[in-house]
Order: sequence, then C-alpha cells, then structure tokens
Amino acid sequence: MTKIADYISKSARQNVLEAIKRANDKNEYHALLSLTEARALERADAVDRGEISGRLAGVPFVVKDNFLAFGAPTTAASRMLEGFKSPLQATAVEKLEAEGAICIGKANLDAFAHGGSTENSAFGPTLNAYDKTKVAGGSSGGSAVVTALDIVPFALGSDTGGSIRQPASFNGVVGVKPTYGTVSRYGVVAMASSTDTIGCFATDAADAELIMDIMAGKDDKDMTTLPNFFEPTAIKSGLKIGLIKDTMTDDVDADVRQVTSDYVARLKAAGHEVSDVAMPIAQHALAMYYIIVPAEVSSNLARYDGIRYGHRAEGVTSLAQLYGKSRDEGFVTENKRRIMIGSYVLSSGFFDAYYLQAQKARTLLINEFDKLFEEYDVLIGPTTPTPAFGLGENTADPVKMYLADIMTVPASLAGLPAISVPAGKSATGLPIGVQLVGPRRSDADLLALAKSMETA
Amino acid sequence: MTDISRDDVQHLAQLSSLALSDQEIDDLRIDIGNILGYINQLSELDTTGVEPTYQVSGLENVWREDKIDDYGLGRDELLALAPESANGQIKVPKVL
Repeated sequence: MTKIADYISKSARQNVLEAIKRANDKNEYHALLSLTEARALERADAVDRGEISGRLAGVPFVVKDNFLAFGAPTTAASRMLEGFKSPLQATAVEKLEAEGAICIGKANLDAFAHGGSTENSAFGPTLNAYDKTKVAGGSSGGSAVVTALDIVPFALGSDTGGSIRQPASFNGVVGVKPTYGTVSRYGVVAMASSTDTIGCFATDAADAELIMDIMAGKDDKDMTTLPNFFEPTAIKSGLKIGLIKDTMTDDVDADVRQVTSDYVARLKAAGHEVSDVAMPIAQHALAMYYIIVPAEVSSNLARYDGIRYGHRAEGVTSLAQLYGKSRDEGFVTENKRRIMIGSYVLSSGFFDAYYLQAQKARTLLINEFDKLFEEYDVLIGPTTPTPAFGLGENTADPVKMYLADIMTVPASLAGLPAISVPAGKSATGLPIGVQLVGPRRSDADLLALAKSMETA
Repeated sequence: MTDISRDDVQHLAQLSSLALSDQEIDDLRIDIGNILGYINQLSELDTTGVEPTYQVSGLENVWREDKIDDYGLGRDELLALAPESANGQIKVPKVL
C-alpha cells in the first residue's frame, strides 16, 4: 500500500487524476458516495502553481460523508441530508487543506454513523476490501475501504464507539480514535456529543501520526477541544502492557485470539513486559453505551425537523405532520431505533433506572481504567470479537450487530485514546486488528509503539 | 427481551416526532424490546454512592468573549438551505 510520502513532490494534478481513476475502477465496492473532482483539480492546479504548500502538498484524501466539506453534498448517508450543500467546512478538513491536502471524495457510512457494518447507509452497503461477501465494518466503512484499496493514502472518520477502529480492523489498515477533545468536531454531523471523536485511517502508524499532528488542537468553534498536547514522540523501551483477559475468552473467534497472542509475543520479544489484567466491568460497557449514546442521539437528531434544512415531506397540512413525516422518511430504521431508545431512557419514570444508572456505571468504568493505568502504560486486546462478518448476517438482529462494538466502546465511554493496528489474518484471509488503549493524552505514545512494532 | 406494547411504541414515536407506519410499529416493538432486554443487565451493577459522569474532558468553565461571530456565514446563505422560504422567512404549514 502507498504512503503519504509517495505522493509528495509529484504533480498534484496527476495525483488527483490517478486517485479518481482508482476510485472509478473500484466502484463495485461502493466505498464512495461522491467524488469532488472539479474542486480537487482546481486545488491541485493551485498546488502545482505553488500557491498552496505544506506537509501534505498534493496528497489526495477522502472524508467520511458526515464531514461538512466543499465539492459535493454532505449526506451523512441519509435521505434526510441527500443533496445538502454545506456552506462551511469542518475544521479538520480546513486544517488538512491548509497543509495542501486535496479531498477527492466523500466516503460511505451507516446513516448518521449509526451502525457497525455500513449496511445502514441509505444508499447501500460498502463491501469489504478483502472479501466482497463480507461487510466493510462501520460506521466509517467507506473510509477504511478506500484506504485499504489504496485509492488514497489516508481518510478521515469519526469514532463514537468504535466507528474507526472496527472497520480499520476489518480492512487491515491503521485506525486512530484520539483522546476525547483532541480534534475539533466543528462541521461534523453530531451523533453522541460525550463520546464523538475525529480520527483517521492510514496505511501505517507514521502517516496516521502526521495526520493527527495536523488535525489536533484547540478550536474556538468547538469548546470541548483540549489545548494541543499532541507531540510526535519516540518509542519508550520496556513498557508495561496489560492484556485484557476478558477480551480473550472462548466467545472470541479463535483466529482473533491467536493473532492477538502472536502480537503479544512480538511485544515481549521487543522488550516490553506483558501480563494479563482483569477488567470485570468491561462486560457491562456495551449496555452503558447503548443507553448513553441513544440518549444523546435522540437529542442531537432533534434538529432534523424538515424546517431549516434537510428533507421535508410533501403533502402535509400541519406542523406536527411535517415533523413526523419528514423524520420518518429521512431516517433509516436504525436511526429510529436509537432515537426511540433515547426517548425511552430519558423519559420520566425511567430516567433514574437507565440514564442515571448508566452514567454512574460509566464512573466505575473510568475508575477501573484509571486504576489499571497506575500500573500499566498500555492495555491491549483484540479490536473486535470476530473478523468481518457476512453481508446481511447481523441485520435482522440489532443486539447481535451491537455486540461487534463490545471491545471498542469502553475506551469511548472513558474518553481514552485507542488505535487499531493490523496484526494478522484469519485462516480465510480476512484481516485482524489489535487495539492499543492508553491513558488520556497518551495518543503519541500509542502511535510510537505501533510504529516500532511495524518494523519489529 | 422486555415486553412493550404497540401503545408504548406509539408513545415513544410521538415523543420522538416520528410518524411511523403500522409495519414499522410492529417491527420496532420487537427490536426495542430486545434492546431493552439487553441493556436491563445494568440494573445488576451496584452503583450506590457513585457520582455520575457527564463528560470526560475534565475541562471546566471554557470562557469566550461575549462577541457575535457569524463564522463567515450570512443570513441569505443559511436561508437558502431551507426547503421552502418566502420574503426572507422560512415557510411552514399553518401553525394555528
């Protein structure tokens, strides 16, 4: 697979034309919802004339289609925002463009980023880069697949409960979910504000580090951003690493466990100390997640009412009908499930038993992580319980679909940085990733470890 | 699974401003019942005396100047996004 460096100092126009040709050649994967060709070529010419320069001059990339970006509509893979032409761009996109990067297209996702397979896209699923009968993962499935297919050297995604790490694992690329607050979310369609993060896909950890270094930092347009702490760093020797044994039980696919054990053996060979740790509360993390996130979803998605922008239903006579019908037509089933679960857990009589209980349980989860990080520098485990599953395999059973997130949601609820790195393949040739989780603001240390392991 | 009725689903749909079809109500009744059945496991956890977590950044009192910033967006540009508008206003069906 290509690296960012392979595109630097070349004709930006040629880079863009070739990336668009690759995208068109790989059309059958349905990884992209739109191309931004005209604008990309304009920007490429400006780079070639020397008017735009920087660390990513002339490098093509793709954004998940929940980032507001010029050149094509931002749809969030929904009928609700079909054709929505944004008057502004996300801060993350602006920062990359300021370094000369060129967005060539917008990637498919589960509508409003609700899902773990990209099958909830209103425009049809994305296929796995390694096996077209398997899912891409999600919700950032399109971004993972364009990176894995080498259409572009990096792509942007959002990760609320695993939406970058899980598809990265399913498609054999690096996926970074930073510490909560690292990258501005201004201009990205909000899902669950207490866990939404912006990150990236790349073909190796060094490229991911460069992209995170550019995107990180405080933004006055997003009051939850942290003062910039991200500083690329060298690998520390002799790290203390905890293997979360609750993620290595018999319920987990045997190939996934084997690949994880092999990666652990390589960590030991590289001089790190790895021991088993227990995280009993992790078994409850998915239940917390599917209370807290739907609650925030129901609130964040209230803005889609057919009035100020987005889909408006035809033939309605009252305001209530306009809201109800516009939302029924504009959302996919999974959006409706989450909004209604959110309404349920927040409604009077149930609030204490669900939402408040989940937010208290979240404190217990954070305390357990903090305690482990007093003793360990990094925690490791598989990114997902299985390699990519079959298209249609889990669509009839939402709970089964949710279980694919069981290993990624704990870091999201605690706001911790977590990255998925390619670690091996299953017997049938599907990629398998392992997840590295660190204390808050240890993002650069995790990437340094991942970099060192790529050459170990 | 947790048993919920069609009326419960309709009530939730109303709270959520969703005009569901009869088929959707039947399907969502089963899905929501199954999801509630799963998340109900959290009641097993003893959280006596535990403070809830509402945010994880540790940031407090993020201040800014009390100054209007339109982020470079004009009224006309935003109004153009509305599905229907007239005389510089967004048009909606009769309210009263």
